[in-house]
Amino acid sequence: MTDTTVKISDAAIRRRMLREFWFYFSQNRGAVIGLVVFVLLVLTAIFASLIAPHDPTQQYRDALLVPPIWQEGGRAGFLLGTDAVGRDMLSRLIHGAQYSLFIGIVVVAIALTGGIIIGLVAGFFGGWVDTVIMRVMDVVLAFPSLLLALVLVAVLGPGLTNAMIAIAIVYQPHFARLTRAAVMGEKAREYVTAAKVAGAGNLRLMFKTILPNCLAPLIVQATLSFSSAVLDSAALGFLGMGAQPPASEWGTMLAEAREFILRAWWVVTFPGLAILVSVLAINLMGDGLRDALDPKLKRS
Amino acid sequence: MLRFILKKLLYLVPTMIGITLVAFGFIRLLPGDPVLLMAGERGVSPERYAQIAAQLGYDKPVWQQYLHYLGNLLQGDLGNSLVTKKPVLTEFLALFPATVELALVAIIIATVIGVPVGVIAAIKRGSWFDQVSMTAALVGFSMPIFWWGLLLIILFSGVLGWTPVSGRISLMYFFPQVTGFMLIDSLISGQKGAFASALSHLILPSIVLATIPLAVIARQTRSAMLEVMGEDYVRTARAKGLSTRRVIGVHALRNAMIPVITTIGLQVGVLMAGAILTETIFSWPGIGKWMIDSISRRDYPVVQSGLLLIAAIVMIVNLIVDLTYGLINPRIRHK
Repeated sequence: MTDTTVKISDAAIRRRMLREFWFYFSQNRGAVIGLVVFVLLVLTAIFASLIAPHDPTQQYRDALLVPPIWQEGGRAGFLLGTDAVGRDMLSRLIHGAQYSLFIGIVVVAIALTGGIIIGLVAGFFGGWVDTVIMRVMDVVLAFPSLLLALVLVAVLGPGLTNAMIAIAIVYQPHFARLTRAAVMGEKAREYVTAAKVAGAGNLRLMFKTILPNCLAPLIVQATLSFSSAVLDSAALGFLGMGAQPPASEWGTMLAEAREFILRAWWVVTFPGLAILVSVLAINLMGDGLRDALDPKLKRS
Repeated sequence: MLRFILKKLLYLVPTMIGITLVAFGFIRLLPGDPVLLMAGERGVSPERYAQIAAQLGYDKPVWQQYLHYLGNLLQGDLGNSLVTKKPVLTEFLALFPATVELALVAIIIATVIGVPVGVIAAIKRGSWFDQVSMTAALVGFSMPIFWWGLLLIILFSGVLGWTPVSGRISLMYFFPQVTGFMLIDSLISGQKGAFASALSHLILPSIVLATIPLAVIARQTRSAMLEVMGEDYVRTARAKGLSTRRVIGVHALRNAMIPVITTIGLQVGVLMAGAILTETIFSWPGIGKWMIDSISRRDYPVVQSGLLLIAAIVMIVNLIVDLTYGLINPRIRHK
């Protein structure tokens, strides 16, 4: 090996790590499929208003509960049919992708940031700080997440923003616990001691020295939380506590469609299918990420 | 062993106190005047206002209110529902068996199918069975169960007409509650067709509720089996010339079951959350539907105590799982 004797730049190391990561990730067929679907979903969300054939809130009064085009009575203008007030299903589903991605991003961002800070503080300082923080996290974890989110929304008032905040609060302890465990593992390593001896302050030690080495489990958890957030926010929407009508959020669409389930299968089937496919794609990616980032699995 | 149990119990005390704080804080955190909020759009007369305020103890400082609340809790007084005026605990106990029945059947379905599937998938790693079952498990894990429930209703109740859409039993049957479990009570009653009716009402909701735990258990069993089968003692057992069935059934499975049992126990929280959705879809008269109805009716004393009771139940079940874990695995107990 010649390159062991050559000094390699940070960028080169990073590039090599990325290549190695991609090598393991791409070996997992499911993960690649998940990634492709996810990218399509992101593109759909970004270009929603260009792709969607109709305005998602436009009500066509002469076209109530029109079945999908391939079924008898279907109309060419409405590929997947229309809902009870004559809105185009396809356009609503396309715009719904924006909600789901937005919810996932916001929830994960809040839960991740909060969880990392809390976990870093608990793991780095230890002692009573750690005990108090972890007991509080235990309390949050003692409640079934959907129930706690529901009650929080009841306190804050129904709506998309509050639903996202509630879900983020409920997910936070998972990130805090993971960060804490990783920090406690890394804290005693030589490179941390070296940085400390070199005069690094606590904040620098926490965020610049230790945190980058704890990221792998957090990335995996973030992916899993992303899919759970999509699922839970849809559930809240379904229960009438999330995004409010006429929003084309998929869970909310399902709630509106419930009374028609025996008359118009399409208003129920498609929104749920959209939720399932997105969540499945993200979970497939998550599985691939875990396999690619977990050194224990890599060797076997 | 006793010390182990005591230590575990002691460990729960701070969490338990935390849970009471959350439940207590819930009503106080509601924006605006909680009494007016509970009254909703109907409004409230001054006398009734004073009555509710006194009932909730709002005329005293917060810490006194909390201590009072704790005192009541310890005496089993969880307050009264604003809607039915009945004690919350009475309502809870009346509805609880319905949820337990549903959850028990669901977890039995999930375990009875999930564990064998996971074991076979691990033994035949890479086979078509492994791939199909693990793909199915991932789909199940990603399933929005409220939608899954609606789909099953469309298919089995709508198209095929096999199962009823809602409730626990057909209104044709009436018999005294003995255990609170419809399946058992209907058998005891001896009425013809009652058991079949109860079963047909239970089957769809329990399948829906079992979906996510089933997926989790199958995946966990598979990975636990794979891990264990790589261990030295399994290789030794094989080298000794034991039959494959014995190696897998005794040496591997028993050790692999330890994390699986924990996983099954951890599903209680999942089941409670799932019960909220499942019971809402199937109009199943249990705790989950009760909570949702109470939230939408602004019956906050019920929400408050329901929250507390559900968290307490989840904790107790997790404790029992922890203890079982110690029982099976002496290494944990003696640590």
